[in-house]
Amino acid sequence: MSTHGRLAAGLWRDNPGLVQWLGLCPLLAVSGTAVNALGLGIATLALLCASAVLVSVARHTLADEIHLPIIVLMIASLVTCTELLFMAYAPALERSLGVFIPLIAANSMVIASATQVSARRSVASSLRHAAGTGLGFALLLLALGVVRELLGEGTVFANLHLLTGSAPFSGLRVADSGWILAVLPPGAFFILGLALAVKHRLDRRWRA
Amino acid sequence: MNRRLKNGLTLSVAGAFCAGLIISTYWLTEPRIRENQQALLEQRLTPALAGLMYDSGVTESAVVLEPPHDLPGEDAAVVYRVYAGDEPVAALFAVTATDGYAGPIRVLIGIDLDGQVSGVRILEHQETKGFGNAIEHTKSDWDQQFKGRSLNNPAMHRWAIRIDGGEFDQLSGASVTPRAVIAAIRDTLIWFEANREQVFAWPETTR
Repeated sequence: MSTHGRLAAGLWRDNPGLVQWLGLCPLLAVSGTAVNALGLGIATLALLCASAVLVSVARHTLADEIHLPIIVLMIASLVTCTELLFMAYAPALERSLGVFIPLIAANSMVIASATQVSARRSVASSLRHAAGTGLGFALLLLALGVVRELLGEGTVFANLHLLTGSAPFSGLRVADSGWILAVLPPGAFFILGLALAVKHRLDRRWRA
Repeated sequence: MNRRLKNGLTLSVAGAFCAGLIISTYWLTEPRIRENQQALLEQRLTPALAGLMYDSGVTESAVVLEPPHDLPGEDAAVVYRVYAGDEPVAALFAVTATDGYAGPIRVLIGIDLDGQVSGVRILEHQETKGFGNAIEHTKSDWDQQFKGRSLNNPAMHRWAIRIDGGEFDQLSGASVTPRAVIAAIRDTLIWFEANREQVFAWPETTR
């Protein structure tokens, strides 16, 4: 597969959320608002890339018996560092995301990417795969966040200052209230279901 | 080299490397994290002291009351003494309303020396999104209605939501949540009335 193709695969054809159905727990839980979604999306993307590099660099020294504990250890350490960085530079967002930052360590998508790709391929190739997967996850998360916040609260990117410190703009308010169900857990399933349907529809149309 | 020894060595090196990674990140971020936490605490206390003149450094006067205590809640209650110069101005209470809809609700209550509420803020809760979470100041101004209230205003039996014959706004669809918070505020007022002198005589036990 070409460089370009490998990056693009994670975005659409092998999208972790829409196709592989990996990492659905944070995907559904954190996509209530666009800001939370973007924050966790960036954190997951950065973490995927960092763990891809680390695991890939060390891949020749990892014997079969011990590669899993070492990879899990590496991911967990990077997640801890990510959490510390969030606490230092985006404390409000860290509080808003709560347990879902440490939970990245248990994200099946991250572990799958590290054990099945990074442990076998060169650094550059692993990094491309991780970037594609991470972007696919982050963009899906962001899309769900935007749609759910818009439907549920009538706003988009409200409380943007949580992410940026000082906000260039404080979010858009489209309506004063919304369809509350969209920000509640069932809404996450509805909107993800709709996203799946849209993807299948588009895939079928393009194939024809 | 023996395979088992080699694996053990690899594991140790990986462990040491990961520990080093975390330690260095911690060193880099720790001062900033501590600053953030202190600022957050001060910032969270301010709204409950609206309209009062007082000296900064309120957090330094904290007294932590471990349970059992007579304030609301089954966990530690924190009392902050607020001064202007040497004169006491108000007391701030971080207490827990235990009977929320979805678990405990941590409430910050400011009461001035005359026993009037200077402000109320919800610190932590797990109430339902779209219903009970309107007690949050970012969601509605529900917490504003307590400012200036005291034990005689309204009378004790009117310290309740309207559908229970009281003075205060309920939240549509969520009466359990406001009931819990209102009871916690009322009980804190009662406690402060009884212990006013004593509060400012306590030695400092900053946490």
